[in-house]
Amino acid sequence: MDLNPFRRFALSSRPPERRRSHWTVLISLGLALLAWEGTAHLAGLPAFILPAPAEVAARFVKSLSDGTLLRHTAATLLEIVLGLLVGTLFAIVIGYLIAKSRRFERLIAPYLVATQAIPIVAIAPLIVIWFGPGMFSKVLICSLIVFFPVLINTVVGVRAVPRSLHDLMRSLRATRLQILRYLEIPAALPIFLGGLRIGATLAVIGAVVGELVGSKQGLGFLINAARGQYDTALVFVAVFTLITLAITLYGVVAVLEAKFLKWQETPHP
Amino acid sequence: MPASPPTPILLVETLSAVFSDENGDLHALQDVTFSIQPQEFVCLLGPSGSGKSTLLRILAGLLPPTAGKFTFAGSNHLRIGMVFQQANLMPWRNVLENIMLPLELQGVLPDQARRRAQEMIELVNLQGFENAWPRDLSGGMAQRVALARALVHDPNLLLLDEPFGSLDALTRERMWTELSSIWQKRRKTVLMVTHSISEALFLADRVLVLTQRPGHICLDLKVDLPRPRTDDMRYSPHFGRLARKLKDAIG
Repeated sequence: MDLNPFRRFALSSRPPERRRSHWTVLISLGLALLAWEGTAHLAGLPAFILPAPAEVAARFVKSLSDGTLLRHTAATLLEIVLGLLVGTLFAIVIGYLIAKSRRFERLIAPYLVATQAIPIVAIAPLIVIWFGPGMFSKVLICSLIVFFPVLINTVVGVRAVPRSLHDLMRSLRATRLQILRYLEIPAALPIFLGGLRIGATLAVIGAVVGELVGSKQGLGFLINAARGQYDTALVFVAVFTLITLAITLYGVVAVLEAKFLKWQETPHP
Repeated sequence: MPASPPTPILLVETLSAVFSDENGDLHALQDVTFSIQPQEFVCLLGPSGSGKSTLLRILAGLLPPTAGKFTFAGSNHLRIGMVFQQANLMPWRNVLENIMLPLELQGVLPDQARRRAQEMIELVNLQGFENAWPRDLSGGMAQRVALARALVHDPNLLLLDEPFGSLDALTRERMWTELSSIWQKRRKTVLMVTHSISEALFLADRVLVLTQRPGHICLDLKVDLPRPRTDDMRYSPHFGRLARKLKDAIG
């Protein structure tokens, strides 16, 4: 089994373009809020179907001051970070082995493809049944969803290291460890970070899916609980918090890229 | 009392290389035998497909020979400096860091490595480009960085694999002069692969001619042109006669 078909999943990582102007973003956001406020009032919808922005804002302040929001956000963030770490760690180790050994690739590829054929949403209930509604099942779901994109990009990244640079290292009598440190890691980093960028946003989805299926805390739990009480404003608060989390994680990876991939930036913007 | 013949730094004996693939065996080299004296500049000249790059890769330890052997003398610690056809720089390292690489691999302390890399920058005339990224360099500059990197760890043997093959004609000729003067300052033992007769004559003390596949050495020509070599020499009758000999040997 060849991993080549996966190649198209690998996104090479270029730091996202800097925003031309913050004004455009602010104006667009303002217009969207206005449209939302207008729709809520003009359509005369009850607050449990579409709360107006002002109500959501009020609910946000309330949930923030009584500590609910922070508690659930912290739980979800912890799941995401742990899941991201575990998933990435396994993806790096297995991805490196796949990249270096065709035999290992043939051995493991069918299982990898099989696990990817199953939608995570479908097996999330199973995982929660097996491992309980605690944090462990969420971390597991997170790491499963993070694993694949990071793995593929690790494989593609390590395989993309030019042969000629391997020749150079060998002519300098570099050890295996030196080849890893001075050649393979820096050479694979751009493509690897592209995978991590996708993984970071997927991790948010993984955590919420797990929490929606069964949990005692977290933003997914909060959404479920608020929905049960027709507290739609709180659902909105949780959703916006999730969006903020995802964007922040994406931003963290983008910062890493800017730090490590300086040499890739276009010289004249 | 007659002077004893100097010990060669490199002795290659009946070296052969055969590659096998689905089309059968490919005999790249057959019974190649020669030796190189310390501080000698030797060019390996041959048509494409004569296995000259294969020979260089075997000596660099990148390929195992099928038969025969080669021995390095004079030093227990063999250090090789190699320049490839492409500059082969690490794009994530700036010029100075690229030159420092061989020293880092040897565990030289960063301060000292930086100082020695800086000396190399001056040797190849790249002052002011220490912090440039490889992608911002011209072909000639990149190849000078590669040369500096190959020299920085004070190698016993410098292997050059058509190092100027990818450069335009004018840059290439300027690089000949530079390499020639660097060699005169450092006196390294050099084995350089080329398919250009004038390049070989301009640079080398000796030219070995490899035949078409399977490659073996059909001529070992001493180049008795005085040093430093100048552009004018390339238009002298003697240069022409030597070129003629090489041309005839290549066939």
